[in-house]
Formats: sequence, structure tokens, C-alpha cells
Amino acid sequence: MNKKKNLWNDIKTYLFFAGPTTFIFFTVIIIPFLFGIYLTFTNWDGISSNFSLNGLNNYAAVFADKAFWASLLLTLKFVFFTVILTNVIAFFLAYALTSGLKGQNFFRAGFFTPNLIGGVVMGLVWNFIFTNVLVYIGKTYNFPLFSASWLGNPDKAFWTLVIVTVWQYSEYMMIIYIAGFMNIPKEVLEASSIDGANGFVRLKNIVTPLMIPSFIICIFLSLQKCFMVYDVNLSLTKGGPFKSTQMISMHVYEKAFLSQKYGIGQAEAFFLFIMVAVVTLAQVYFSKKLEVES
Amino acid sequence: MEKSSRITKFISTVVLGITFLLYVAPFLLVFVNSFKSTKEFISNPLKLPVQMNIANYISAIGKMRYSHAFMNSLIITVFSVLLITIFSSMTAYAFVRNKWKINQFMFLIMVAAMIIPFQAIMIPLVKIYGSIGMLNSKWALIYMYIGFGTSLAVFIYHGFIKSIPLELEEAAMIDGCTRIQAYFKVVFPLLKPTTMTIAILDVLWIWNDYLLPSLVLIEPNQRTLPLSTFYFFSTYTVDYGLLMAGLMLTITPVIVLYLFMQKHIIKGVMQGSIK
Repeated sequence: MNKKKNLWNDIKTYLFFAGPTTFIFFTVIIIPFLFGIYLTFTNWDGISSNFSLNGLNNYAAVFADKAFWASLLLTLKFVFFTVILTNVIAFFLAYALTSGLKGQNFFRAGFFTPNLIGGVVMGLVWNFIFTNVLVYIGKTYNFPLFSASWLGNPDKAFWTLVIVTVWQYSEYMMIIYIAGFMNIPKEVLEASSIDGANGFVRLKNIVTPLMIPSFIICIFLSLQKCFMVYDVNLSLTKGGPFKSTQMISMHVYEKAFLSQKYGIGQAEAFFLFIMVAVVTLAQVYFSKKLEVES
Repeated sequence: MEKSSRITKFISTVVLGITFLLYVAPFLLVFVNSFKSTKEFISNPLKLPVQMNIANYISAIGKMRYSHAFMNSLIITVFSVLLITIFSSMTAYAFVRNKWKINQFMFLIMVAAMIIPFQAIMIPLVKIYGSIGMLNSKWALIYMYIGFGTSLAVFIYHGFIKSIPLELEEAAMIDGCTRIQAYFKVVFPLLKPTTMTIAILDVLWIWNDYLLPSLVLIEPNQRTLPLSTFYFFSTYTVDYGLLMAGLMLTITPVIVLYLFMQKHIIKGVMQGSIK
């Protein structure tokens, strides 16, 4: 009897406190996610209400889709450069901003500004910088590097994406690294300087190992964000010139919503999900092993 | 020793200053050019404007449907964030305080779902909500934001509620509170710092989001600020002064908010990432 009452209480508490959340969470995330897996086995075109199962045809189409592999490769290249540059810059900015310089609070606040503004607006701002300002500087002061818009050249357009993304995310990561630096116990640093470790040696042998938790978070976040880059891609290069800078998100979007191949698009999105999950989990798993106690 | 460290400090301040200029230069350039006519803009985008002409702003406000877009963004962000914090904190509370197997299982699912990228859900999401006629409405969008926001919020609240001593609620309940009253009168106020963190992270995310609203909101009058800025740019491609004024109008509200809440925002980002 008592047990039964307990169960009823559990259910009541659950429904009151967690009911709405559970319902919304399931209808927005879990059901679409599962339905999405089902869609990858169908030939749905986005309009007709009748569609049939077509087995693994979509996955076969994904493997045959050259544009998909090209944009996947491009995304991997993009992730490689942005993750490294973002974290290196963020780490050194944070290091400089925790070493007791004058005005460091002002700098911290100022550096964070690009993060307040969304990717689309950011891309539009930089579009203007690359097509107008830099070209103007290049022509007036004779810098051949800038005299033609970078957005018109496939290689350089790729680098504009890297620059803008690094510019946007490095401050976010900087804030996390600053939190990490402030958590390093002062005694450890004092002890190390009494032992004669200063400057670079201290940074390499004492500070870096203690910062591993921050590295794990920052690399995890930047991997996730960079894999899924879409906004900047759309508003800065629109995937061009000649689709040369079309990242994977944009490719999936166009496949599904513009070419109306929803089944294939969803199969590609699912493939992407598996890849991101494996990469980020592996990263967290392996870097956890590097952690040290201070 | 003393002298050399002073020199290093000086050098790093200078390097930092230059990097800082590079970081803010794009904003300054947009600001300067927002006052120019197209002719002035093309002749030299680096020069200061001849006069502070706000005609571009007035024209951009009309053409972007700025007041509509601003109100839409505001309504969507405020309601989403409010509901995310209330629902998620209640959920996390139930998960922490009630050690029922289903609670633990649901918590696990929510945490695991954080790894699903939006792109893996967007196609079926549009299909499902399109077929029941829930697209093209602010309220549907808010509903979706609650769904996407709960995982992280429940996770962060969960970590914090664990550290709140149970005795506080018990005392309140002995004094005659029901469980629900105990939650709203005792626990929820204690969660304020966490609520701030989550609210800040979510405001930055929802206010600036583009992809989800672009899929859900189709009618021009429903557009949020990022959407209307984007469409504005594809319509008036060569009217540069006007475009720059449009960008300034989109950027300014966030910057103003930042000026007032700067300390909270930086703290919020720090707290949110560590957990």
C-alpha cells in the first residue's frame, strides 16, 4: 500500500515539475530526431504526403554525391585551422590579460564584443570590409594582396571564413581560458618562481598542464561550433565563388530545402551527427587522460 | 630584473592594444560609413563623413521594418528565456530531489541529447511542424527554443541544486509550505545566480540565431532582427550608406545591453562554460 502511494507521489511530482519540459523536449528534439532517422530510408521530396521506403538508396546516394564529400573535406580543413588558431589566440590573449597589465578589465570587456553579435550580422560586416575597405586600401596604397576582393577568389574566400570565425570565437574561448588562469593556485606559481622557473619555462611546465580542463572545454566547444558553421558561411561568401566555400551545413540545407531531396539531405545530416559525436567524444575521452591535479 | 619586466609589460600592452584595434576596427568602419552617401562611401571608405547625416538611419528603419523586427526579436527572446529558466529549473529540481529511476533516466537522455547538432533535426522538424500548421508563428518558434534550450539549462541547474542544503526546504515544509510553495519561495530565489548565467547564454543565442527562425518564420512581418537584416542586404545591395546604417541599428541594442550588464555577461559566460 505504502509503496503504491510512493509511486503515485513520484508520478505526481514528475508531472508537475518536469512534465512540461519533458513534453516539449520530446516533441522538439527526440521525436524529430527519430523521425529523421526514419526519413533517411524514404524518398520524400518535401511536398507530397505519400512517400515510400527505399531502403539504403539514400545512403548510397550520399556516397555517390561528390559535392557532399567536397564540402565535408572543406569543412574538415576549416575545422582544423579555425580550432587551432582560435585556441592559440584565445590562450595567449587570456595569458596576457591575467598577467596584471593596466586596463585589463577594459580589454577583457572590449575583446568580448564581437561575440555579442550573431554570425549573420558578423558576416555582413566583414563582407563590407573585404569587398570595400581592403580593396580600397589595396588600390590606393598599392598592396597587390588586397587589390582584388578576397571573396572573388576560391582560396582566399576560404581564408576569409577562417579569419572571421577565429575573430568571433577566440574571445569567447578567451573568457574561458581567463577563468582557467584565475583558478590556478597562486602558491603553485610562487613555488615555481622560487624554484627559478619563469617566463616561458613556467608557462610550458607549470601553467599549461594545469590548464588542461580549460583546453578540453574550449576545444570541445570550438569543434562543435566550427563543424556546424552556417551563418557566417551564408552571409559572408554565400558558399561562393562557384560553391567553392560551401561548408557541410550549407550543403545539407541546400540539398534538402532547395533541391528538395529531403531523404538524402537528412541522411547527410545524420552522417554528420555521427561524425561530430565521435570526434567530440573521442576528444573529451583522450584529453581527460591528460588531466593533472594541482 | 625590475627594468626588463617593465619593458615586457610595456611591449605586451602595445601588442595588446594593436590586436584590440584590429578587433574593433570593423565596427568603427561600419559606424563611420553609416553617415555617408553612397558616392562618399565609394570614393573613400576610410574617410570620416563630411557631416553627421542621419538620413540613412531614418530610411533604414522604414525599409527594414525595424520596429516590427525589433519587437519580434524582443518578444521571442524574452518569452523563450523566461520559460526555459522556469521549466528547466523545476525539472532539474525534481531530478535532484527525487531519486526515482525514471528521473535519473530522463536526465541522462537530456544530457546525451546535447550532442545532437541542430542540423540533424532541422529537416524533420520543419516537416512535422509544417504538416500540423505550426510554422510561421512566433509562438511555435518560442516553443522550439524551449525544446532546444532545456538540455543545457537542466544540466546547469542540476549541478547547482545539488549544493543547496535540503534542510532549508524541510524547514519551510514544517512551517506549512507545500512542496510547490517550498520550491518557488525557497529554492527558486536561491538559484538566482544560475538563472542569470542561463538567461545570459540563452539571450545571446536566441537574439542572434538565424537558421531556426529562417526556417520557421516566413512572412516579412514575422521576421526577427537578424532575418530582416539579411533580407535587407539582399534587397539593397549597392546602397552602401543605407546598409551600414542598417547594420548599426542591428548591432546597437546588443551593445547597449552589454554596456549595462557587462560584468554579469562575462561572468555568465565563464560560469556557463565551466559546468
